[in-house]
Amino acid sequence: MRGATGNTSAGPGGGLRAVAGFVGRRLLLAVPLIWAVMTLSFVLLRMAPNDPAVSILGDRATPEQYDEVRRELGLDRPLLAQYGSFLADLARGDVGDSLLSSRSATEIIADRLPVTLSLALGATVASVVLGVAIGVFGAVRPSTAGRASQVGAVVGQAVPNFWLALVLIVVFSIWLGWLPPNGYTTFVDSPADWARGLVLPVAALGAAGVASIARMTRGAMVEVLDRDFVRTLRACGLPRRSIVYRHALRNAAIPVLTVVGLRFIGMLSSAVVIEQIFALPGVGTLAVTSASRADFPVMQALVLYLTVAVVVVNVLVDALYGWLNPRVRVP
Amino acid sequence: MTGTTTTVTAGPAPGQSPTRGARQALRDPVTLAALVFVTLLVVAAVLAPWLAPHDPQQQDLNDTLAGPGAEHWLGTDELGRDVLSRLLHGARTSLLAAVVAVAVALAVGLPAGVLAGYLGGWVDRILDRVSDVILSIPSIIVILTVLAVFGPNITAAMVTLGVLFSPDLVRLARSSTLAVRSALYIDAARVAGLPHARIIVRHVLPNVIGPVIIRSSMMCGLALLVEGGLSFLGLGVRPPTPSWGVMVADAGDVAYTQAWLLVPTGALITLTVVAFNLIGDSLHDAAAGVAIVARPGTRPAVKPAVRPADRGAPDPVGAEAGPALLAVRGLEISFPAGDGWQPVVDDVSFDVRPGEALGVVGESGCGKTVTALAVLGLVPPPGAVTGGSITFDGRELVGLSERDHERIRGSQIGFVSQESMVSLDPVFPVGELIAEPIRHHLGLSRRQAADRALELLELVGMTDPRATAARYPHQLSGGMAQRVAIAMALGAQPRLLIADEPTTALDVTTQAEVLDLFRKLQDELSMAVILVTHDLGVLADLCTRAVVMYAGEVVETGPVGELLSRPLMPYTDGLLRSDPHLATPSGRLPTISGTVPAPADWPAGCHFHARCPLATDRCRTEPIPLVEPAPGRASRCVRIEALAGERTP
Amino acid sequence: MTGAPLLEVSGLRVEYRTPGWRTPPVVTVDDVSFAIGAGETMALVGESGSGKSTIARAVLGLVRPAAGKVMFDGRDVTHAGHRERRALARDISVVFQDPYSSLNPALTVGATLREPLQVHGYSRDEADATVRDRLTRVGLPADAMGRYPRQFSGGQRQRIPIARALTLTPRLLVCDEPVSALDLSIQAQVINLLKDLQRELSLAMLFVSHDLSVVRHVADTTTVLRRGRVVETGPTAEVHREPRHPYTVALLAAVPVPDPDEQARRRERRRAAAAALAEHDGLGPAG
Repeated sequence: MRGATGNTSAGPGGGLRAVAGFVGRRLLLAVPLIWAVMTLSFVLLRMAPNDPAVSILGDRATPEQYDEVRRELGLDRPLLAQYGSFLADLARGDVGDSLLSSRSATEIIADRLPVTLSLALGATVASVVLGVAIGVFGAVRPSTAGRASQVGAVVGQAVPNFWLALVLIVVFSIWLGWLPPNGYTTFVDSPADWARGLVLPVAALGAAGVASIARMTRGAMVEVLDRDFVRTLRACGLPRRSIVYRHALRNAAIPVLTVVGLRFIGMLSSAVVIEQIFALPGVGTLAVTSASRADFPVMQALVLYLTVAVVVVNVLVDALYGWLNPRVRVP
Repeated sequence: MTGTTTTVTAGPAPGQSPTRGARQALRDPVTLAALVFVTLLVVAAVLAPWLAPHDPQQQDLNDTLAGPGAEHWLGTDELGRDVLSRLLHGARTSLLAAVVAVAVALAVGLPAGVLAGYLGGWVDRILDRVSDVILSIPSIIVILTVLAVFGPNITAAMVTLGVLFSPDLVRLARSSTLAVRSALYIDAARVAGLPHARIIVRHVLPNVIGPVIIRSSMMCGLALLVEGGLSFLGLGVRPPTPSWGVMVADAGDVAYTQAWLLVPTGALITLTVVAFNLIGDSLHDAAAGVAIVARPGTRPAVKPAVRPADRGAPDPVGAEAGPALLAVRGLEISFPAGDGWQPVVDDVSFDVRPGEALGVVGESGCGKTVTALAVLGLVPPPGAVTGGSITFDGRELVGLSERDHERIRGSQIGFVSQESMVSLDPVFPVGELIAEPIRHHLGLSRRQAADRALELLELVGMTDPRATAARYPHQLSGGMAQRVAIAMALGAQPRLLIADEPTTALDVTTQAEVLDLFRKLQDELSMAVILVTHDLGVLADLCTRAVVMYAGEVVETGPVGELLSRPLMPYTDGLLRSDPHLATPSGRLPTISGTVPAPADWPAGCHFHARCPLATDRCRTEPIPLVEPAPGRASRCVRIEALAGERTP
Repeated sequence: MTGAPLLEVSGLRVEYRTPGWRTPPVVTVDDVSFAIGAGETMALVGESGSGKSTIARAVLGLVRPAAGKVMFDGRDVTHAGHRERRALARDISVVFQDPYSSLNPALTVGATLREPLQVHGYSRDEADATVRDRLTRVGLPADAMGRYPRQFSGGQRQRIPIARALTLTPRLLVCDEPVSALDLSIQAQVINLLKDLQRELSLAMLFVSHDLSVVRHVADTTTVLRRGRVVETGPTAEVHREPRHPYTVALLAAVPVPDPDEQARRRERRRAAAAALAEHDGLGPAG
């Protein structure tokens, strides 16, 4: 029987506890997930025809030298034994050293993470703010301006980001000379240059996000505004302002949130191309060089950390989802 | 693209056939253009070796970076190769790559999703876990890993992409399958002994294919973008083989000297992706029952000016009994249809006196609800009041601005609808929902409004108002939700409460309690009530006077007791006779043959004549006026004597 | 009732597992027993949550009982396998409440009605002839075969599932709220149709409804359910005239009648009945 479950913890405190428990459960579930993903990548990389020894020594070394390196890397041991030590290392948080620079893969990634995070977070924030504003506008103003915003969203989702990046460089760096075409300054060195350097990459990366969030918001708003409860609120004489922004937007935020989470994960992927174009020393450029030079430990570390990032984002989204949607919070 | 108009009939029935949706989408010029574009592109890609004016690999170092011209329509690149020819040949590579990805996604996702949805249980759980794993890895890193293993190889990348896309289709196919699986026709097929395979193929798949095709179309666009990105990075298609991504990369290299090269490639990729998305979108909208953008010519006629009620028209019967709180005169409500407007409510007049409970009865499709909504100024668009007048406490409501209507709704006239559960905003606790209109209309503080909300919850019979106020709508039972909806409507002490089938969705015992509540409120607050109902028993329980509506017209009015014991209209009579409560259990139930006609099929004469056992030629040919056969009674019938004779044999 | 009943349900219990770990299953039907003889109609009456539809679904094999037995024509069909179910489909058929969702909108009426016949080995011509016969029986025009469900008006549409239920000449018809979505004037038409068919084909019917006044017109016996348990069963006229269980009394008194004076008297009776029921619930064992 609904409503008679004897659940007295319906208050905000109970809700918070429920969310906390939920987050904990989800993080626990992430352990087998990460194991599955890492095993998959282990199998995949061991299938590679490329020989790591050749990656390290080049193709001019003697057979003895190759054997020596293979022994050092443990590649001469049986596959199962390799897998065992791989898991043991992983459990200790050790994902190995780069074959190319012999630095720890974790360190290399940690160096580059701030760049990619600035980029992806900046683009996400920009797309949420602009996307929601445009989407709401399109839903409540089904006029010419509203229609124009819809057309913009359709095109915005279709423009390839790598192409948009080039166009932005041509227009704003080459023709107008307003912003740098590439390079990255750390925030510590100069906050202003850091920001200036990120404007174009964030724009190129965020455009599709703005478009898709705008479309989702508009769709959700239109759907919510058509629901029965909106008629009830209107029948109570509440002003349109309150109905649209307090009630409808709050309901529409629930499906939009899912898209925001997906967009952020998508942006981590798209960052690979954008960083390459703007010559940003981020995780994406690292991924491309490691992939083309068969630096498997770094690849494996990237798989690990990016999967963790996805899990964290998903848990955050789900927690927010629970906070927005009382059906999840108080069943 | 979604238009701003929705279909008049509030959208087709759920589960509309997919083919019908596709046909509807084809009538939209934008969708048609997108389809033609994609078709032409595919044809051009297939015929590229014959269509291309030049060899895509042929270099001409004397003619590099030329702009568009007669020899090279879209110019040449840095090696003097013809851009148009390279685009055409590139389309082969790029489109094929996209098709590979989507084909893999379909081959993996569709069967897995249908099985997960249909079988449920452990199959479902395992597939869900696997999907979770795949969705938790950023796709680019997987593709890069695969490319690190296999070397630059666009087919390997696209097969991987297809696998990465597949969880999306698994979930989509699963949820579509679940939606059909709960349909009663699947149960009926199982009861009829149909084998599972046959049920899946005949009943489940047709409903799943639609959404899956829509998503696949959008995936094509996405795959094109990924192919472009990989080739751009030099990890997909290897130069000099043309692909669109390779061409953007080439153009990027010379962007400083010849920015033009970016235009044709970028435009073509964008247009293609837009086309795929548009096709998916409009199919989606068509399936969801949203009308495609209204085209000129079918645009509904401009709303006619409101015809004022005939000043000479007599007031409805009973009007002399005292000043009315609400007076409806000659009300006409229309919806756009074809080139003009189709009335759905025609010449409706009635009065509600202060403190009175008036019942509006009739079957579905007779215009009861829309009449009630017109009083609130809430006729669902694109419908509108097109004639007559509605005065509340002497003030004309027809033609009032939205802002003025807002002032009256809630504070003067309250409203309770049928489905109380969906009529409450699900994301707010009940207490806040009740308090908000109070704060708005009475200008109380948050605290005062919350206290008042608790009082109201107690008034509507909640035993623990404080606990109820903290609950969310989904935590309430149907009867409780209806009480909350009533409390919400009462917040600012309206003088008139309009209740639209407020007990229809409830069990009989709960219905009886809610009717008691209405009676109590009416007594305590001396509030007038308009009760819209199809149930003559509910009418008898609560109302003192009744208005019977049939096919958009008032056909009879009178005090409830008299009207139910001595109906003066064959329709009311027929309704009473076919009520299983009154009829004797032995033998057949008396029936009214046929059904209520749709507004477009209203006859010239009496709207009821086709179903009336007493109809004469006059009933068939001329409109029947409302007459006053007895004090306080009105009937739209010319055969009252015959009816009276038949009832007292 | 002479000889073995056509349908016999005994000790039926249905549980419904809630998602989640360690949560005990919810019991929706508990210890329900009844029997229906050949050509007889029994009504299952109750409010929402009483388990009446679940019982019907268990009889149809759409829900797996946790305990108890369903016997049809002397055979135990509680856990009938696939092949057995298909054979049973000849004898037991169903009419659901909602004519919208109980008909596949993408199939013509002919295709919907032909389907069970084809599965049971009828040739196309035989199937067509049977379908035509069933359509005329329920009062639909012969050209209905080529039309889609949406092309029928509300009253006609509910006749299609009835025609489908009759295609295989069943002996038991399970009706789950077959008229509750219909307007008054249409409801009477459909009730008459069901009664005519039952007489002509000597069908047994399990008639599930929340509406006591409808049941009065169709059922020989009535079984009243409350919270998944049977509270009263008996000949319909008797259950209406002198209900024995306080719940039945309360339920009958709650049905509003179209007569204001009578309704005022019933209100008093209802309050008394509700008080008696509360007292009963407080004193007696649950149920």
